[in-house]
Amino acid sequence: MIGKWLDIGPVTQIEPGTARTLPVEGGEEIAVFRTMNGDCYALVNKCPHKQGPLSQGIVHGAVVTCPLHNWNISLMTGEALGDDKGCVPTIPLKVDGGRIFLLREAVLGRQAAPQAA
Amino acid sequence: MNAPQNFDRGGRERLVVIGNGMAGCRAVEEVLARDPDRYDITIFGAEPRVNYNRIMLSPVLAGEKQFDDIVINPPEWYAANDITLISGDPVERIDRERQTVVAASGRVEPYDRLIIATGSDPFIIPVPGKDLPGVVTFRDLDDVNKMLAAADAGGDAVVIGGGLLGLEAAHGLSLRGMKVTVVHLMPTLMERQLDEAAGWLLKEELERRGQTILTGADTEAILERNGHVAGVRLKDGRDISADLVVMAVGIRPNTLLAKSAGVEVERGIVVDDHMVTSDPAILAVGECVQHRGTCYGLVAPLWEMCRALADFLCESPTGYSGSVTSTKLKVSGIDLFSAGDFSGSDGSEDIVMRDASRGIYKRVVVRDNRVIGAVLYGDTGEGSWYFDLLKKGEDISDVREALIFGQAFAMGGALADPNAAVAALSDEAEICGCNGVSKGQVVACIEGGAYSLDAVRSTCKASASCGSCTGLVESLLALTLGAEVKSGPKTMCKCTSFTHDDVRRLILEKQLRAIPQVMQELHWTTPDGCASCRPALNYYLLCAWPGEYEDDQKSRFVNERLHANIQKDGTYSVVPRMWGGLTNPKELRAIADAAEKYGARTVKVTGGQRIDLFGIHKEDLPAIWADLNAAGMVSGHAYGKALRTVKTCVGSEWCRFGTQDSTGLGVKIEHATWGSWMPHKFKIAVSGCPRNCAEATIKDFGIICVDSGYELHVGGNGGIHLRGTDLLCKVETEEQAMEMCGAFIQLYREEAHYLERTAPWIERVGIESVRQRLADAEEVRKLAARFRLSQKYSQHDPWAERAGGKRADLHAHIAQVRPLQMEPAE
Ligand SMILES: Cc1cc2nc3c(=O)[nH]c(=O)nc-3n(C[C@H](O)[C@H](O)[C@H](O)COP(=O)(O)OP(=O)(O)OC[C@H]3O[C@@H](n4cnc5c(N)ncnc54)[C@H](O)[C@@H]3O)c2cc1C
Ligand code: HEM
Ligand code: SF4
Ligand code: FES
Repeated sequence: MIGKWLDIGPVTQIEPGTARTLPVEGGEEIAVFRTMNGDCYALVNKCPHKQGPLSQGIVHGAVVTCPLHNWNISLMTGEALGDDKGCVPTIPLKVDGGRIFLLREAVLGRQAAPQAA
Repeated sequence: MNAPQNFDRGGRERLVVIGNGMAGCRAVEEVLARDPDRYDITIFGAEPRVNYNRIMLSPVLAGEKQFDDIVINPPEWYAANDITLISGDPVERIDRERQTVVAASGRVEPYDRLIIATGSDPFIIPVPGKDLPGVVTFRDLDDVNKMLAAADAGGDAVVIGGGLLGLEAAHGLSLRGMKVTVVHLMPTLMERQLDEAAGWLLKEELERRGQTILTGADTEAILERNGHVAGVRLKDGRDISADLVVMAVGIRPNTLLAKSAGVEVERGIVVDDHMVTSDPAILAVGECVQHRGTCYGLVAPLWEMCRALADFLCESPTGYSGSVTSTKLKVSGIDLFSAGDFSGSDGSEDIVMRDASRGIYKRVVVRDNRVIGAVLYGDTGEGSWYFDLLKKGEDISDVREALIFGQAFAMGGALADPNAAVAALSDEAEICGCNGVSKGQVVACIEGGAYSLDAVRSTCKASASCGSCTGLVESLLALTLGAEVKSGPKTMCKCTSFTHDDVRRLILEKQLRAIPQVMQELHWTTPDGCASCRPALNYYLLCAWPGEYEDDQKSRFVNERLHANIQKDGTYSVVPRMWGGLTNPKELRAIADAAEKYGARTVKVTGGQRIDLFGIHKEDLPAIWADLNAAGMVSGHAYGKALRTVKTCVGSEWCRFGTQDSTGLGVKIEHATWGSWMPHKFKIAVSGCPRNCAEATIKDFGIICVDSGYELHVGGNGGIHLRGTDLLCKVETEEQAMEMCGAFIQLYREEAHYLERTAPWIERVGIESVRQRLADAEEVRKLAARFRLSQKYSQHDPWAERAGGKRADLHAHIAQVRPLQMEPAE
């Protein structure tokens, strides 16, 4: 059955204060974050600055600091904070019954157009 | 309508309520208050007793109340209001066709209107042993009686779940004399209501009271002996013995009846704003409902729901629009309040106040000049004011600066400006509680020439201890000096007013052993720090408490977390250690094989005399490490604020100029120093004669061998700001050189600021002071001993641990999406 939401597994798979990655075949990898107080967010795993893997940054509050050049990115809006300008797409996420769900169309909608062989 | 007529009822409509709990009875009370004669009322209750205040079960368990004290409606109330109470006979079925309910006893009751108020069921985690005798939940009086019986027999209790219910159960059982362990899955207690800082304070306090609190602990099974519960096994392999296990991991709306009758149910029974379900004859109220997508687990929303329900049933519909909730923990002696959103969302700003001496933590979250959340620990007096501001969505820009000090202070009109508030204080007013310094004394001290915070601290001691009055002293500086305030020394980051040196000193003085503890005791102004202070604190604690402090991986930069260097395309580079720059055919073969197998796009000899494999993917790291380990190689820490390499020349073994065995000494030094974490990267080199082929004079620690011994040089680096070393001293033997090397490293580890290399550190403190410290033989011996002690705990190859499966989550994807399908990774 194809639902509106894509179940990507139990929240307990992500240690609070860290993130894990979700590759999408033919699309863009997604980073799923869990903050210290347990809230979850999903962003495309690419810093708006120079495509740094945000999933590998340090998470504090609802912000991740990019591992490449220390831009601070809001987990809620994907926007760069402070003086930096840029925005990374967010993927709607909900937690239900202890499991994480991502909005299917947002996950697949980020798939690159099929490439000519 | 084909429902049977009953003429005794005087033509009144029949209202049947399923659930004799808090919401069911309140709904009836509200209806009676509006129109006492309108309905003929029957209440079914599964529990064999009258209606009582469920939230007071906690004080009953703790021995502070008796059951009689918590009854809301005694039998006389049912009689006086002509209500038929059928208790101890749960309803089993709703027949919507016939408009009847059928109870377990077979009793059939017709209704015109039905209210479902079945509350919720405790969630039972599906682990082996969950049904054993001695495993209980915490929901009703029967559960409390079971716990009391167990407590009478004494012994050990394990409470699974560190939320509100679990902690109240633990408190009660511990007052009843049981030895209690709380097992909580998350790192923070009550994480739904508390942030990390408040959760940490709570944990400390409960531990002080004798409970054992295990956070981040996942239950694997409940253990059995002689048909009774005997303990709990955690996923990490620990067993905890228990004569009683309380499961308090959460609740689930009790929707069974509604669902099997075909009423619309999602997480809870779906109701509209008048509490009407998908069947117009059936209403639902309380914890079993889902209103506008939300299910509640507290009583406050029930009161509002019941009002809307009664208004509707008495034909003056008003509607319910959802509730904002707040939580307090009912554990005597612990004051804790939380409300609203404190996840630190976008554009929101935290106002934090900590007072370590009184164990107080207050945090108010503000967005667009409105309070959106609050967490208070230790002093909850202002909880109701913040909650009120939150619910009303009032603009707080006028009182913002003084908000955290509370209503009396903030609303004092002209006092809203903190400087004005301080100006208004009398000269006798106490500014610094720790050292008993009055406003008059601070002002006199400033007028006497103490023009900075630091100067005030050292002259009259105000703000020199706990630091909670720093803001007040700064206001006094501003008031007394106008624009002349000198900025103090640079603070560690924007989260604190302390400098690196202060923090390091206080960690030792106050015996601080965890990041949240440092943040609390030193009044951090953010709830969980930032990307600057977290790695620094992690290092300072690691250095202060070797072998004791557990490294916090999430406070480390990615390279140190993944034990590899991240490259600009997001792949990693892998550098195995080559002791003193030596290698052999077996190692080279393994490196060549690994380069091919994992598709290393570039293989480069580094400036540190070893080989770097570029372009390795995160998921392949554990496998490539395992391969390299198998050939006897370990991590080169080329990614870390740690010992990098010991570069050597060939020395006396081959070179015609060589004076000593520089290669051999380099290998020995690398074996002694590898694995140590440092404030920044640390490089060593050993040259066999003053021709210095190993470039030892641009290293953090460089050795130049001479005929009569060894010259030891420190504080050099390459890079943008090239700096040659300073000569530290000359020694005669290899042993002395090694001892001095350890002592110098330890001095640097203990006294430099995080991310400060030896060169800027030595420029800051002066080479003379370093020479002096290390001229004292006793000091050298002590420093070197402390370095050896810390090495005992740090010389584990991180690659071998990871290749062996430790922290696999850091290397694996959580799942993968292929078009139209999902593959869970674990
Ligand atoms: C120990 C404890 C402490 C708490 N502390 C607090 C607190 O400090 N603050 C706070 O706000 N909230 C607290 N709560 C939560 C609060 O008690 C609940 O939110 C509230 O009781 C919910 O009311 P309800 O009527 O929906 O459910 P309940 O009060 O559970 O009532 C439901 C009733 O329906 C009965 N029932 C279920 N199925 C059937 C059936 N088929 N037939 C007949 N009867 C049935 C049940 O037996 C039960 O008596 C606490 C809860 C517990 C257990
Ligand atoms: C993210 C940034 C950097 C990365 C990933 C990086 C990586 C490396 C690596 C992998 C090596 C090989 C060392 C070894 O074998 O262990 C190296 C060597 C070196 N790096 Fe960097 N480096 C970085 C920044 C810097 C900076 C800022 C400086 C200057 C201050 C610097 C100066 C050097 C020098 C001088 C060497 C040669 C060391 C020697 O000869 O022993 N590097 N670097
Ligand atoms: S430093 Fe001296 S001993 Fe070492 S290789 Fe160079 S010339 Fe030879
Ligand atoms: S790529 Fe993220 S800060 Fe540069």
